[in-house]
Amino acid sequence: MNASYEPVIGLEIHAELLTASKMFCACPVLDVTEAEPNRAVCPVCAGMPGVLPVINQKAVEYALRVALALNCEIFETSIFARKNYFYPDLPKGYQISQYEFPLARNGYLPVITSAGEKIVRIRRVHLEEDTGKLTHVEDNGIAYSLVDLNRAGIPLLEIVTEPDLHSPDEVRAYAEGLRSVLRYLGVNSGDMQKGVLRIEPNISVRKLGDEKLGTRTEVKNLNSFRALERAAAYEIERQIALLESGGEVRQQTVGWDDVKQVTFTQRYKETEDDYRYFPEPDLPPLVVEKSWIEEIRRSLPELPYPRWKRLQQMYGLGSQEAAVLVAERAVADFFEDTVKLAPEVPARQVAIWISGSLFGLLNLSGKSIETTRITPELFAGLLRQVETGQINQNTAKTVLAEMFETGRSATEIVTDRGLTQISDETAIARLVSQVLDENPAQVQEYLNGKTGLQNWLFGQVMRLTAGQANPSLVRQELNRQLKVLSTTR
Amino acid sequence: MELCDLSAEQIASLVHKREVSAREVLEATLNRVSLVDGRPGQLGIEETTPDDEKYVHAFISLTAERARVQADEVDRRLAGGEDPGPLAGVPFTVKDIFVVRGTPSTAGSRILANFVAPYTATPVERMEQAGGIMLGKVNLDEFTYGSSNESSAFIPTPRNPWNPAYVPGGSSGGSTAAVAAGEGALSLGTDTAGSIRQPAAFCGVVGMKPTYGRVSRYGLIAFGSSLDCPGPVARTVKDATLMLSVIAGRDPHDQTSVTVPVPDYASRLEAGVKGLRIGLSPDYFRITFVDPHTGELIERPIDPEVLAATRRAADVLASLGAEIIEDVPMPHTHYGIPAYFVISRVEAASNLHRYDGVKYGYRTPEYVTDLRDLYRKTRGQGFGLQPKLRILMGMYVSAAQYSEQYYVRALRVRSLIRRDFETIFDPSGAYRLDALLTPTTPTTAFTMQEVYGDSVLMQYADELTVPANHAGVPGISLPAGLDRKGLPIGIQFLGADYAEATLLQIGFAYEQATLGEDWRKRKPQVVERLAV
Ligand SMILES: [Zn+2]
Repeated sequence: MNASYEPVIGLEIHAELLTASKMFCACPVLDVTEAEPNRAVCPVCAGMPGVLPVINQKAVEYALRVALALNCEIFETSIFARKNYFYPDLPKGYQISQYEFPLARNGYLPVITSAGEKIVRIRRVHLEEDTGKLTHVEDNGIAYSLVDLNRAGIPLLEIVTEPDLHSPDEVRAYAEGLRSVLRYLGVNSGDMQKGVLRIEPNISVRKLGDEKLGTRTEVKNLNSFRALERAAAYEIERQIALLESGGEVRQQTVGWDDVKQVTFTQRYKETEDDYRYFPEPDLPPLVVEKSWIEEIRRSLPELPYPRWKRLQQMYGLGSQEAAVLVAERAVADFFEDTVKLAPEVPARQVAIWISGSLFGLLNLSGKSIETTRITPELFAGLLRQVETGQINQNTAKTVLAEMFETGRSATEIVTDRGLTQISDETAIARLVSQVLDENPAQVQEYLNGKTGLQNWLFGQVMRLTAGQANPSLVRQELNRQLKVLSTTR
Repeated sequence: MELCDLSAEQIASLVHKREVSAREVLEATLNRVSLVDGRPGQLGIEETTPDDEKYVHAFISLTAERARVQADEVDRRLAGGEDPGPLAGVPFTVKDIFVVRGTPSTAGSRILANFVAPYTATPVERMEQAGGIMLGKVNLDEFTYGSSNESSAFIPTPRNPWNPAYVPGGSSGGSTAAVAAGEGALSLGTDTAGSIRQPAAFCGVVGMKPTYGRVSRYGLIAFGSSLDCPGPVARTVKDATLMLSVIAGRDPHDQTSVTVPVPDYASRLEAGVKGLRIGLSPDYFRITFVDPHTGELIERPIDPEVLAATRRAADVLASLGAEIIEDVPMPHTHYGIPAYFVISRVEAASNLHRYDGVKYGYRTPEYVTDLRDLYRKTRGQGFGLQPKLRILMGMYVSAAQYSEQYYVRALRVRSLIRRDFETIFDPSGAYRLDALLTPTTPTTAFTMQEVYGDSVLMQYADELTVPANHAGVPGISLPAGLDRKGLPIGIQFLGADYAEATLLQIGFAYEQATLGEDWRKRKPQVVERLAV
């Protein structure tokens, strides 16, 4: 990147809310990527003549949770407005949204970037309804579109930041941080692939030191964090190159081509669209009681950022170690539950086992921590055995893999498979002398000065016990017996 | 007197006592329809014949078979000892701006001509659940945009039963014409600027616009959503009371419907007017309008016969013990129409967005090149002149660069009009009125085609009714005599929020006190003709 330019980026995020029913009608909220088209449609969300919207209180509650988690100022009275435009996925010809008087504004979200911490200001949070989906079909030269209204009317939260982000890394950190918050609050699954979380960066660049913002472009159809980060990087480079070659950035919406890894113009937007907003006459102002706001505030869970701080302090974890754990609430819960159940195991060990072996198994299987058969109880049992030396690290990995498959306890697996670590000193002494007796030639070479053979002898003992011998005891005993041999010679 | 000329209250009472069956009342009413209504309004035939000019043409869809099934059901329930409800066997019509499951719901527009609704509007559902029998859907101005019924795409459009050369008023003209002609004792109308009260005045029937939010709008095809009020059309105050009691009340489908409890309207009906303070305002005795050619503000006194009827009504009420307060100022009355022009059109343009040929209703049969072309052709062919005018103006005044100048300003005017009412009804204020008595309309009915086409002039027919829609307060129009031409004159009572009971009480007192007057013995021409 040309260092004489500064990228300026703001994000607009649309998050569907995981309510049981739609924003303004009783239709269920379905997984629209899987449901048969037009399964959840009624006269209200199909925009039939004469219908009226009725506000889903659960959606308001979810929106308040997010707004409070983002430290926003809540407006006790906010107003729904109509955003008027024509498109077949918008059955009423207007979207019920909020405009002049949103539910909340002036918030902030602290995020963890690779360079440290950063505060990103939130401009506004408002409630609206999602649109339906069009599928364009080309059939024997005849082009047409199919309309699916399953998604039309699903509650949608729009979260707009100030242009506080200055690199693709920060963009990704904020997006991940926000996703994490939404998932902690249980209001959104964070699944970008399914389109329930849609992130659109507004990107411009300016010469360092310039006050005035450059012309911005808005990037759409990003369905992963990787795409978000790459598209931002690409767009920044494209704009800088354009300016450097004497060109001008045109205000536009660009799409991201994930195959070619490039952005492409979708629509030039030289003038602002006029949606002819006006207050929605079919709905009274949305009034949220102070007491309700306070009740929701009190019921908020500990959020990722404060938890990140606390995990570092309380358990002596490193910043990165803690960050890995807090990204998902279930993981952090799993960690803390395990620590509580196995106080004798150092917390850092628990963290390492989670982010190492357990994550490895999760990645391989495609499961999440909530859907595995491993509970904190099982996990604590396993780590306790390692800690007390009943099994060694390698055995523990084997046990964990089996536990992951079967949900059986470490004790059961270890007993069944005879995996208990041999820590009995007499037994180990017997094993070591057996190996030394069976390999007189190698012992002789060792005594003649080929000390490297000690490792080979160690391996023989371990092999004899199928890896179950306590390795440090074996090493100790081997040392002792070899020393005895060399002095008695 | 025929069964179809009985009041709703009388019909329900006879049916309850099983002195007549719901089916008999229905057949008598259907017979009346066949005698006075002529052919129903329909698409495709633009010409009207001289013969058409003798009939009322209130209906778009007569749903006789559906009604017979319902009437028989009411009779069966009565035979089984059940009470079908307060409207048992009462035939009623519904302005075709309400959706009724399984029936065409056209809004008087080509764009919805083929639309059969999948659900039923709340007020219609409540009337049917109370034992009422829906006869069918009656004509209206296209999407309710008008004051004469002449803008309907369904031709012939309704005519005034008192003299078919005259308009019935609008936009609930089909409703008021039907009720006046004995085609159903009741009708469900809507009032956005006077659309129940003005045609009620023109047709000599009772029409009420309740407080905004008193009656659910669910299933009412929207015009100006912040102004639209469903309300009763009836021949007597008692019938309007009966119908309002059935349709009023909170509806979970309409968040703008209020939770204020519905009082027992009937219990106060006979309480009289003694001690009530009823105001008269000079601001309602003239109309002010902008000359469309010169742009000048013109002030005209209202029709002297209408004014005289209003004054006479004040005298009657005074003789019954009411206190008449003269010279009540309503200074923002004449801003009502211009503000209404802006607000209603912004809402209307948006409300009409959904008619795009994609989901239901009319879609152009022509080849289209792309989506824009589909929209343009569908809407160009589907909408008549009035919706197009409203879309154009609505789009214009809500555009970002004009919105402040028009829409926001109109909203401020609206709150000034509201304040006029708050001042006069304030129980601790200078006027402490229980009601304001005004003429309903500046003139009696005009002839067909006299004003139509002059959209500006047509609007001023609503100048005395629209302030109540801006303010959200209730109003009722009552017949108060006939003019020299034999056309009905209407007077209006306006009240504070939720003062329907008071308005009905005053209206009932006035009606009872004038029962013996000569004009009350006269019948509409189309009914009179049947006796010969
Ligand atoms: Zn729905």
